[in-house]
Amino acid sequence: MSTAAPSLPFQPARSAAPPFRVLPGFKLTLGYTLGYLSLLVLIPLAAVFLKTAELTFAEFWEVVTSPRVVASYKLSFGMSLAAAAINAVFGLLLAWALVRYSFPGKKLIDALVDLPFALPTAVAGISLTALYAKNGWFGQFLEPLGIQVAFKPLGVLVALVFIGLPFVVRTVQPILEDLDTELEEASASLGAQRWQTFRHVIMPILFPALLTGFALAFARAVGEYGSVIFIAGNIPMVSEITPLMIITKLEQYDYTGATAIATVMLILSFILLLAINGLQAWTASVPKPRTGRDR
Amino acid sequence: MAGATTLRIGAGVHAGQTRFEARAATRETPLVKWLILGTALSFFAIFLLMPLIAVFVEALRKGWETYVSALVDPDALSALRLTLLAAAIAVPLNLVFGVCAAWAIAKFEFRGKHFLITLIDLPFSVSPVIAGLIYVLVFGAQGWFGPWLSEHDIKIIFAVPGIVLATVFVTFPFIARELIPLMQAQGKEEEEAAIVLGASGLQAFWHVTLPNIKWGLLYGVILTNARAMGEFGAVSVVSGHIRGLTNTLPLHVEILYNEYQFAAAFAVASLLALLALVTLALKTWVEHRAAAAHRLSQDDAS
Repeated sequence: MSTAAPSLPFQPARSAAPPFRVLPGFKLTLGYTLGYLSLLVLIPLAAVFLKTAELTFAEFWEVVTSPRVVASYKLSFGMSLAAAAINAVFGLLLAWALVRYSFPGKKLIDALVDLPFALPTAVAGISLTALYAKNGWFGQFLEPLGIQVAFKPLGVLVALVFIGLPFVVRTVQPILEDLDTELEEASASLGAQRWQTFRHVIMPILFPALLTGFALAFARAVGEYGSVIFIAGNIPMVSEITPLMIITKLEQYDYTGATAIATVMLILSFILLLAINGLQAWTASVPKPRTGRDR
Repeated sequence: MAGATTLRIGAGVHAGQTRFEARAATRETPLVKWLILGTALSFFAIFLLMPLIAVFVEALRKGWETYVSALVDPDALSALRLTLLAAAIAVPLNLVFGVCAAWAIAKFEFRGKHFLITLIDLPFSVSPVIAGLIYVLVFGAQGWFGPWLSEHDIKIIFAVPGIVLATVFVTFPFIARELIPLMQAQGKEEEEAAIVLGASGLQAFWHVTLPNIKWGLLYGVILTNARAMGEFGAVSVVSGHIRGLTNTLPLHVEILYNEYQFAAAFAVASLLALLALVTLALKTWVEHRAAAAHRLSQDDAS
């Protein structure tokens, strides 16, 4: 990124005046951007906080810590963490296979990794439910083992794994592609085993990207709704996710209750957004030792 | 936030395929290799491929006739029309916004630029359910403008405008996200040269900027369109689920499913799955074209 402004061919006459710009349209485009952003995103989002401010803190606290809502936090956060962790492991393996090995159908698989981005969540939801229901393709084999997935908390996990996979693969893959073979050759020539090379040479370079992918998958999973509600069964205290609690309150015309829970989720989202921005800056700053031969 | 969906120009998927396997120092023993490959591909098959296949198998389970009748059902057709309408409004709106935001951010220096980029990203980190909720709080019967709207007999929530608003919100950052890094990387010298040579701002944009960003722009439009047509959570909050009036295709799938009309639900779902496959195909095609254009410009430069 060339963020540094290239020096202009000539300098403005009055240096105290606003910066001289050759290109037109700054005020127009920035004004439009800010206006559109405020009208559609910032002002409506502010409504959540203003509506919540109608509650006293005690009332707010009672809503957001009621047992059913707390149970939904535990499920949403627990399953989102578990799904992101599963995706970190298998997403890394998949990215590794896509970058390092050649096998038939590789291009097709590479393209299909983005399926969870492209497939409407409701479609994923009913399809996963069909697969894991008692008589489904997977469910019929899991049922005799005593493993129930559909309409149980485990179903939430399956849906969140589906949703989060591309985040890990797509953040790790470019870093793997950029690795120079010389690094590993140097490591091997110094006597390192393959696993030692992975652990001490490749992993430190990969780690920030892997953590970013994990955080992105987690952030997406916490807010996910469409793919989860079909397979979760939505049993109070057992398999209700937090976004569903907002919908439930809305259907009871309890707008303040819904917004109170939304406030909790929004604050968490903002914290995650800041953390992810920090992680991405870290990913970009990790030095990638290059020898220049591979390019 | 959207880091995972940006166009990677010049990605080495094809160039570097064999460079790791060709050297002893950068390959694993065959056992480890097949273990990794086997695990990764099994995971892919179980979690991604099977759900996709299941949609089509379930859709055709009751035969071709049930499948077709589910698709030509008047409610399904009106849901299709509303889905197309929402996308047809949301995509151009966010396209104009994306281009404006990228122009202001990439071509000029101003304070708070990074903060602005974070704000543009915001809709990606907000749960779709909250995306619907915020418009209920503003335009709903109990909301800020609720009394005024009902006085003037304007319906936004539980009507088409609410669905369009929710769709615009969830697809808000896609095109801007795609264009900002692209235009930042390209700098502004070419446009400045055009202006100095006497071009108007629009001419410079049309003849200089646009050819440089066309693949990124197309990529953003494809992603925006896919999300716009497939959005469920946000739209579900503001729609009110009025059959034939405020149902989009994903909501129609939900209604059919909840009425135990599984074959019909999957038939409509298969239409959306096809849309997803077309999206992925187009996306891959754009990646190839962008990579080819990138290589060409690199060759020119050297």
